[in-house]
Amino acid sequence: MSALRVVLRDIRLVAARDLRIEARARVVVDQVLPFAVLVLVLFGFALDADHRTLRTFAPGLFWVAVLLSALLAVQRSATLDAADGTGDALRMSGLPPVARYLGRAAAVLVQLLVLEAVLVGGLVVLYGVSVEDWLLLGVAGLVAGVAVAAAGTLYGALALGLGARDTLLPVLVLPVLAPVLIGATRAFDDALGSAAVDGWAWTGLLAIAALVLTVVGASAHGALVED
Amino acid sequence: MTHVGYLIAGWGITLGTLGIYAFRLVRRGRNLSARVPDAHRRWLEDQGPNGA
Amino acid sequence: MTVEPTIAASTRDNTGSRGSRLLGAATIVGLGVLGVLAFVLTDADVRIHPTTGEEFGQFDAVRLLYVHVPLAVMTYVAFGLCAVASLGVLIRRTPWWDVTAHAAAEVGTVFCGLVLVTGSIWGRPVWNTWWEWGDVRLMTTLVLFLMFAGYLALRRTTGDPRSVSRRAAVVALVAVLDIPLVNRSVEWWENRTLHQQSTLNDLKIEDLTLFTLMLGFLMMGMVLAWLLLHRFRVGWLERAALDHAVAAAIAERRAETPDAEVRRSVGETEDRS
Repeated sequence: MSALRVVLRDIRLVAARDLRIEARARVVVDQVLPFAVLVLVLFGFALDADHRTLRTFAPGLFWVAVLLSALLAVQRSATLDAADGTGDALRMSGLPPVARYLGRAAAVLVQLLVLEAVLVGGLVVLYGVSVEDWLLLGVAGLVAGVAVAAAGTLYGALALGLGARDTLLPVLVLPVLAPVLIGATRAFDDALGSAAVDGWAWTGLLAIAALVLTVVGASAHGALVED
Repeated sequence: MTHVGYLIAGWGITLGTLGIYAFRLVRRGRNLSARVPDAHRRWLEDQGPNGA
Repeated sequence: MTVEPTIAASTRDNTGSRGSRLLGAATIVGLGVLGVLAFVLTDADVRIHPTTGEEFGQFDAVRLLYVHVPLAVMTYVAFGLCAVASLGVLIRRTPWWDVTAHAAAEVGTVFCGLVLVTGSIWGRPVWNTWWEWGDVRLMTTLVLFLMFAGYLALRRTTGDPRSVSRRAAVVALVAVLDIPLVNRSVEWWENRTLHQQSTLNDLKIEDLTLFTLMLGFLMMGMVLAWLLLHRFRVGWLERAALDHAVAAAIAERRAETPDAEVRRSVGETEDRS
């Protein structure tokens, strides 16, 4: 039992470290968040839309913005240890690879949740959306966030250290996240009242995706890092 | 026969693509074979999943 | 590994062998037979509506299915092989598994692309559309194609080959594990599939049509086998060429320096004569 507590402590350690770095460097807050809002704005311009149209498409546009922004956040997270030999230091620190993966993914998740919260605000202000089911919105947002963070952290580590890393990450991770995009959009359709679907059923599917991606990510991360 | 255009396109693209891919594979194989001396062409002896 | 100062030239000039040439010849003949069956000896899909008496059905577009369906099945075979080989890369770590995984992925992606193209061409006259969002099989095949296109892109990056092969193996395995999720989510999404409206069960699968389809499976299987064989050999030779280049470079470098000097520089104490 204490072994589990040790692993949890390790996860917290890694996550706290990543978040502390972000608190000081403020890359996500200064660069990724504005980018996310910018995507929403661009959609507004491109679709030349009235509020009714934007409300209909809001969930889809929201999750596309989240996915694109998540790419930036994941790339940032994966390169935190690229310089100064900190990557090697982490490997030699004795922290188990699972803890490193989960800690990193947890930090990405926290950043994604902040991102999602801001974007929901963006939807309300820019697209005139009204939220009908806050609980569903929150749970679906959380679960989808876990799936994105899990897949993103795995593929971020995978692409790290190879040539052309930046351009390879989206090509690898976005197709895998297709079911998450579909599920999250449908769940938000229900939560925002724009379509008559069963949002909770979709959230269940998202939970399965999140679980699969987290388990696979944790298992595969060890194989990748032991180079 | 109906839909002749679609049939030609479908079968043509299929056989054409497979043929071109096969041709390029064989050519790649020829180029590599010329560069690699017999000592290094071990697949014939080391066939199988457990070969080194 | 012994390093000779001069490397003997190759005596074989291609990746063929008696077996592969036999297979290739048989495949070409078989494809010819398939063509005759598909276009001449089988009938078009024409059905009479029970009440209006009109003719309906796929008509001659059904002849596309003799390549489309076998290509789809072989795609799954190829990607399944890639997944198994990727497991082998992670567990056994021998070059054989790695070359097999790469070969299966590349050939599989070619087949997958053809499935999408032939499907789209078939869909235009039959479903009246080139593309249909929300059709389960179509979406799943598309995502599968994109995932393995990413795999091939990853393979082409420069870097430590062992590291690249291990990462690629992870990508292939995650792709295969993700497919059921994709399938399920698209199925729920639209809750329908055009594919269902005209499955093999709807067709008059009489003896000759069924036989032609089975022959199509056999033929595409042989094409797959032939391509896999040659792609495997090419992959193996690429590895060997890399090793050979390294060995030749070492030999060249050693040839530049007299033996005595080399020995001295690595600390072998000798008579200073």
